[in-house]
This record gives sequence, structure tokens and C-alpha cells, in this order.
Amino acid sequence: MRIRRFTEPVFESLIKICGYSSGFVVLLIIVFLFKEGISFFGSSPVEEGFTMYVHASNPVKDLSAAQIKDVFDQKITNWKALGGADQPIERFSLDELGEAFTEEQLGKDFEFLPKCIDSYMDSLPGSLAFFPSAQTDGKVKSAVPIKIDKITVGKFLSDTEWFPTSRPAARMGVMPLLLGTLLVSFFAIIIALPLGLAAAVYLAEIADERVRKFLKPVIELLAGIPSVVYGFFGLVVIVPLVQSTFNLPVGETALAGSIVLAIMALPTIITVSEDALRTTPRAMKEASLALGASQWQTIRKVVVPYASSGITAAAILGIGRAIGETMAALMVTGNSAIMPPTLLQPVRTIPATIAAELGEAPFGGLHFQALFALGCLLFIITLIISLLVERVSAKRIN
Amino acid sequence: MKNINFLFLAITLFLASCGGDKTETTGTETPATAATTTISVKGSDTVLPVSQKEAEEFMKANAGSAITVVGGGSGTGITALMDNSTDVCMSSRELKTDEKLKFQGKAIEVKEVVIGYDALSVIVHPENKVAQLTREQLEKIFTGEIKNWKEVGGADAQIVAYSRESSSGTYEFFKEHVMDKKNYATNVLNMPATGAIVQSISQTKGAIGYVGLAYLTEGVKAISVSYDAGKTFVAPSVEGAKDKSYPIARAMYYFYDAKNEAKVKSFVDYVMSDAGQKNVADAGYVPVK
Repeated sequence: MRIRRFTEPVFESLIKICGYSSGFVVLLIIVFLFKEGISFFGSSPVEEGFTMYVHASNPVKDLSAAQIKDVFDQKITNWKALGGADQPIERFSLDELGEAFTEEQLGKDFEFLPKCIDSYMDSLPGSLAFFPSAQTDGKVKSAVPIKIDKITVGKFLSDTEWFPTSRPAARMGVMPLLLGTLLVSFFAIIIALPLGLAAAVYLAEIADERVRKFLKPVIELLAGIPSVVYGFFGLVVIVPLVQSTFNLPVGETALAGSIVLAIMALPTIITVSEDALRTTPRAMKEASLALGASQWQTIRKVVVPYASSGITAAAILGIGRAIGETMAALMVTGNSAIMPPTLLQPVRTIPATIAAELGEAPFGGLHFQALFALGCLLFIITLIISLLVERVSAKRIN
Repeated sequence: MKNINFLFLAITLFLASCGGDKTETTGTETPATAATTTISVKGSDTVLPVSQKEAEEFMKANAGSAITVVGGGSGTGITALMDNSTDVCMSSRELKTDEKLKFQGKAIEVKEVVIGYDALSVIVHPENKVAQLTREQLEKIFTGEIKNWKEVGGADAQIVAYSRESSSGTYEFFKEHVMDKKNYATNVLNMPATGAIVQSISQTKGAIGYVGLAYLTEGVKAISVSYDAGKTFVAPSVEGAKDKSYPIARAMYYFYDAKNEAKVKSFVDYVMSDAGQKNVADAGYVPVK
């Protein structure tokens, strides 16, 4: 007795310390995520350490990242389209410099580089050049740096093109990724919720004990399968199935993603809502049956409403799983960042983008920060969803 | 409140278990670094399978040597070489001019060795009638200008273009050498792995994509390409990559700091030896000799 009096407070404080420290770790992760993500805004879309130049006589003094990409994709070939004089645009960067000058002319240690750039630029009044700032800052007389719009939160959210590695200016518009993520998750939950709820009602109310004892562990086992296995299953089974059913040119679509994510969300939805359904007091059910209600009426009017908050919780957990799911989405959705996505077209989701691109993004660079900003966005979405649902379920209880 | 406490406990346990894993891995690395010669090799994922095989065989033949091979992409390897955090950098492309500038700024003299070649084959579904395309047609297909197979002499069907993810060196290589540095169309499908491209193309009738020569299987058809506006078409082959008649081929490089030559020489020499070049061929690439 005395020992217990001594050990209990110790255990209590130990658990408290664990709780606080892990809460602190979660906070640290959020701070880290947002610190990296926020520094993305306000930076220039041109690669760090590089500057873009135009000829000093050129009337065009500022360009957007979209215009620069179109110029380097050769969709815009005349300055007239950008509000300048009627002359062709000459794209000019280090690669072209290597072709125009011999190594001898550039110097063994590139000491004549600024001079070469200067003379080349001088001879081409229509040039749009892209060079490392350290080599050219103040050393090139014939060219002036061009002003390029900075990345803002509004542009990040509303731009419709995602070309993070496009040189010289990256295009980072998150709209197609955001719509893709929401579309896939929304339809995943539309598919999974009715199926999961039906299975949960069957397990909790209708199935006899032996069936339940067999089925429940099997369903829980589904939750333990690695997501890459689901992804592979989706790629080999669901994708061809979707393709032949709808007679599509390509099977990697949002629908295939939704189906795979729905299967992945099912075990969470079934186990959580089944547990909620089973908390309905026996007395309530028996009272309903004693009043002459059928089993179906009892389930519909007594059991499901009683468990509604638990079922909503199951739905949130399911949505959470679907929105954050990475590997399976990466494998079956085709990953094209297109606008506007329909169910029967390929889409690119935010988690898949982060997973696919973080490996090669240079640490601390613009692309790296953009991926963190995507992470922040994902975090905010899930936060909003859980706050909303918490409100809804709190209302129902009252 | 109880629930929250429990959740915190669960998270702590989870974090603790993660930490445990970490110490374990560093534990296994320690004996490796304690060996007599240690060489770290880092960079391109294309060259990675070759280097792994080479390292394995080299360590078998030279007891006491330890070679760690890490992927991450050509760019990652080159940055590591600049920071002196790797001895050898694997790369599936040449150094860019701005990278040369950076090396020069750090007074590092880079030695370059070509260890083999990799040919990219353009593949389509086996039932596709189209057997040859010019570079210009490929460029237009991947930039989204040509959308239907009938525009290039095939059946009336939509073209579905598959590419690797933007993190891949192959993505950059194809963009630079086939697409005249233009960006891919937004509706091109990005696949996380080469195997996934082969799988998807084998089951999609209108598909087109590119993979390394080593990945060609029965389920897909490789097409001939022309880089002289349709005069000659060349089918991808090991011989074609070797004598440079096949145009979409690239060299695989090892870069190292000249100051480090004594340390890495034994390994690089092994890779260039007959046994080492056989490993290159075994990995599905084209040996230099």
C-alpha cells in the first residue's frame, strides 16, 4: 500500500513528462515546417545566384515567370508579344556561350567570361540572357538585369502550372495539385464511407459471433498492408480495369486513385465505426425492439444515430488517410499536373509531388522550400477538416 | 484527457523506436569506416546499379577495403564532390558550365572518367503500327503539339505520353537531347520508376515513353529514331550506342578530385578493367571497351 502511494505519483509525472515532451516535438515539427515553407514566399523564381539580363536598349524591363517559360519553350519568339519592339528573341545562357566561344577565348579559369558575355550581348539587341550573378554583376555594360515578379501566396495558390525544375524561371502554381488532391480524396471517401458503414453495421448488429471473430481480424489485417503494395495492386489490377470499363486511352486516372485510396481507408472506417456502433447500450436496443420496431428500424433510428459522432470520427480518419496517402497515389494517378482535373483524367496529388520531388531538390533551394510550402498547405487542409468535423459532431451530441 | 495522455505516450514510444533504429544503422556503419581503405561513391541513380555491382566485386577481391555507394541523382553527387563529402561522384551527364565555374571557384581540379554508356529507347505498345519517329516528332509528342497517332502515320488514337519524374536525370537528359530544352506538356504522365513506365506502356494501347536499354521487355516495342529529319532511322542497340550511330545515348561518368587520385585510383582502375567492364555489361549498359 505504502509502495503504491510512492510509485503512483512517480508514474503519473513520468507519463506527464512523456506527454509534454511529445507535444513539444509535434510543435517543433510544425514550426520547422512553416519556417521552411514561409521563406519560400517573396523569393524570386529564378535560380539562386543567377540573374536574367536584356540588352540595355530593350524597352521591356520586367517579365513574369510564365512569360520567361514561354520564351524558353519557344512559344513566344518575338519581343512584340511582350510589349517590346518588333525583333526576334535570342535565348542566351551558359550553354550557348560554350558553343559561341572556344575555351581559349573564355580563358582557362573563365577569367574572360564577363568580357565574352558583354561582346555577345552587345551584338544581339534582342537577347534574353541568363547568367550567374557573381560573373556578371556590374561587369556587363551592354545588358541590364530584368525585373521578375516575386512569388507571393496569392500567385502560389492561383497559378495553374507546376514546373518546379523549369530553367531559367521555375513555375510553381499549386492549383492543379490542390484540386487533384481534393478530387481524389473526396471521391475516395464517397466510395469508402457507404461501404465501410454497411460493413460496420453488419459486423456490429447482424453477423453472428463466429463470423465476426473471423472477419474483424481480417479487416484489421488490411490496415497493416504497406501502401506500396496497395499501389502495385492498383497499377496492375485497378488501372487496366478502369481503362477497359470506361474505354479510356489511359487507365492512370483520378478514379483509379480514388478506388485504391477507398480500399485503403476501409479498414479504418470499418473498425472505428463498428466500435462506435457497439457502444449503443443494450437497454436502448431492447426498448426499441420491445416497442415493435424491426431490426432494420432499430439500426436506422437507434443504433446509427447513437453512434453518429463515432462514425464521423471514422470518416475524418478515413479522409486523413486518403489526403495524406503518398505511395499508392504516386503509383496509380499518373501524376500529370493538369487543370481542370476530371475523374477520368490523370491527376497529381500534393503528397505524391512531395515524395517524388524532394529526393532531388537541392537542400535549402527554391524547389525545396516550395515542397515545404506544399507540406504547410496539406497541414492546413487537414487541420481545417478536423476542426470542421469536430464542430459537426459536437453539435450532434448536444 | 486520458485519451490525449495515451496518444502522447504512443507518439513518444513511436519516436523512441525511430531513434532506436537510427542508432542501430550508425552502429553497423562504424566497422565499415574503420577498415583500411574507404571510398565513398555518390550520385546518379542511373549509374547506381553499376557502381553497386562494381563495389561488391571490388570488395570481394580486396579484403579490407570498404566502398559505400549512395544514389540521389547526378546533381546531388556533384554538390557532394564540391563540398568534399564524397570521393567519387557518379553522373549520367557532363558537368554544366556553371558547375565548372563553381569547381574553379573552390580550386578543385576535377578528373573525369567515362565508365560506360546508356542508350535510351523510345517504346510504344506492341500493337502500335508506328515503328519509327524523327526527333522533331518526338519533341512535338512530348510538348503536346502532336496529340494523335494518325499525325505520325499510325492509327486514329490519342497519344498517351509517359515520362519519368522531374527528379530523374533521365527526365533532364530527354528534355535536353530530344526536346530541344522545351518543357514537357502538362498532360504527360510522370511515373515514379522506370519499371512502372514499362508496365503502363505494355497495358496502354496509345502509349509512348522512354526507358534505358536494359529495361526493354517482350511487353513493349522499341522504335527507331532519326536525328537527320527522317533520312536514316536507327533502332536502339548496344552496338549502336557503342559506335554512336544511335543518337539518344549518353555517357556515364565518374568524377573525382585530382588531389584524391591516389585514394580512388585502385577502384577506378578496377571499374575500367575487363572484369569491371563486364559488370557494366551485366547491369544492362554498354561497356566502353
